Amino acid sequence: MGAPVLEIAGLRTVFRIAGRELAAVADIDLAIASGETLALVGESGSGKSVTSLSIMGLLPRRVARIEAGEIRLRRRSGAVERLTMLDDEGLRQLRGNEIGMIFQEPMTSLNPVYTVGEQIAEPIRIHQRLPRREAAARAVRLLADVGIPDPERRARQFPHELSGGMRQRVTIAMALACDPELLIADEPTTALDVTIQAQVLELLQQLQRDRGMAILFVTHNLGVVAEIADRVAVMYAGRIVETGPVAEVFAHPRHPYTRGLLASIPRLGEAVKLKERGEPLPAIAGSVPSLMRLPAGCAFAPRCPMEIPACRAAVPTLEQVGPERRARCIRWEEV
Amino acid sequence: MFVDVRNLSKHFAPTGFSRGPTVRAVEDVSFGIPRGKVVGLVGESGSGKTTIGRSVLRLIEPTSGEVRIDGTDIRVLSAAELRKARQRMQYVFQDPYASLSPRMTIGQILTEGMDIQKLGTKADRRRKAAEVLALVEMPEDALNRYPHEFSGGQRQRIGLARALALEPEFIVADEPVSALDVSIQAQVINLMRDLQLRLGLTMLFISHDLAVVEYICDTVVVLYLGRVMEIAPAADLYAHPQHPYTRALLSAIPSPDPEKRKQRQILTGDIPSPSSPPSGCVFRTRCPMAASECAVVNPAMKSAGEGHFYACLRV
Repeated sequence: MGAPVLEIAGLRTVFRIAGRELAAVADIDLAIASGETLALVGESGSGKSVTSLSIMGLLPRRVARIEAGEIRLRRRSGAVERLTMLDDEGLRQLRGNEIGMIFQEPMTSLNPVYTVGEQIAEPIRIHQRLPRREAAARAVRLLADVGIPDPERRARQFPHELSGGMRQRVTIAMALACDPELLIADEPTTALDVTIQAQVLELLQQLQRDRGMAILFVTHNLGVVAEIADRVAVMYAGRIVETGPVAEVFAHPRHPYTRGLLASIPRLGEAVKLKERGEPLPAIAGSVPSLMRLPAGCAFAPRCPMEIPACRAAVPTLEQVGPERRARCIRWEEV
Repeated sequence: MFVDVRNLSKHFAPTGFSRGPTVRAVEDVSFGIPRGKVVGLVGESGSGKTTIGRSVLRLIEPTSGEVRIDGTDIRVLSAAELRKARQRMQYVFQDPYASLSPRMTIGQILTEGMDIQKLGTKADRRRKAAEVLALVEMPEDALNRYPHEFSGGQRQRIGLARALALEPEFIVADEPVSALDVSIQAQVINLMRDLQLRLGLTMLFISHDLAVVEYICDTVVVLYLGRVMEIAPAADLYAHPQHPYTRALLSAIPSPDPEKRKQRQILTGDIPSPSSPPSGCVFRTRCPMAASECAVVNPAMKSAGEGHFYACLRV
């Protein structure tokens, strides 16, 4: 792996809840290189979105802050910026410029009273100081790049005139307008129909081949991870519990949570066989713990089929379990 | 057939300030559900699956067609008769956060239907509430607690318990697990399957996800733009999909098994608006096999084995 575009070390982000400061994410270490896609995967409350908001500097300031750790971005110039040291203005200059962002709901990321062409041109005018007309021409080219037919006409339309899939293509065009080094995509296909999701995933892969940006892809969908990512970091209750190349992690998970999660995804054509044999679908018992009531030791222990008393003694460390692979389980060798 | 839907259509005419064409949400849909069986309705946005679910319980009035439940045409029932009949049929909603009143205790939520139907004494209703709570594997002390104290999966169990409190014979479940985390989805589906078998329920299970309906459904109906593309027994549909849309839908589901990452068939274009559906076969604008005849002829159902039908001119 080349020098990373994004590097996170020891990130700990806390939220003030009911007078206490609780860690929504802790001990996060991550690195992503140019041209690489890292998927951050987890269920609700796992901390995957808090991690991405921490990077972008978009945490709700009144209740949340980064308590410890470093987030470093290698800038276009080659200089390494410590994002955790930047003020609001410094972060604003990076967002939409060297860090592109796409979110789940395209309609809420787009402004309903501006045409899509104006919205794509805006970051180009602000960050690259291009004149209005040139920025508008660039916006039309970007619409073509993201596969929107008849881009001149579409650029003059408003978001409500486009379908959900088209709108998400528009937000991708906006995110890529300034040719970012890093694209953060937070559940970008979750609100889309499955046939449209397939189109958008293919588009993102093609754009990455053409432009070579690093992608941090946040999702709850392991199928999407397998389609799009090179490496995966699985999160549970605010910590990374397993990380490594997607193919290896999915073929031989080393954490019982990863294994359980993979088993509970419905496999086409398999469920019918289980039903015919009278067997239940594989599931993980219990539910994800709340931040307010995290169990002592390993947070997954109460739901884990392999739990032993030692699991409750301390939070396990993220151990090296193979080349480029780590898992946070004291019994990883038996998984 | 316990539930018999024939030539059901539902058109939404523009009302009030909205202008524009009539939306043909459901067009000529027919299917049946034998007693004690589960039929899945699957489709993407605009496929009409929720409209069908609501029409079947007459929560909305169908434009034309027939819906018979246990022999009774529910379209001719008076308001009072309908209220009586509704005791036997219940709806389970998608969003476990929005469908439970935050100001009512679980006990009140579970007895409300019995209160309205004036069933039994107060003590009977309370006993029944505890009983259905046990059915969905929730502790009895939940009765005096409020919805916000429970997780999404637990709330969906409470939603199920509420539906079961009236001892219905027929349940329409509209995306009951779509808002839940993966590890919880399987728990809830297992529970629904178990209850369905134990109580002999007849069920219409609505989902956008073909992978989710496979386990619980005996028969699956694939919809596109308000029309039936294919109907088949579950095992047959996944093993031998006939319609190009069914195949594309199956192919579009991202597989977590890297070795199974087949060459995917990606449909181009967007789903057309149900207010201006294409002529002939509604899928033709995105179909990799479309020919000129597809724009002219509305394809009739063809048979592909027992209980397996599909609407395509080209396959």
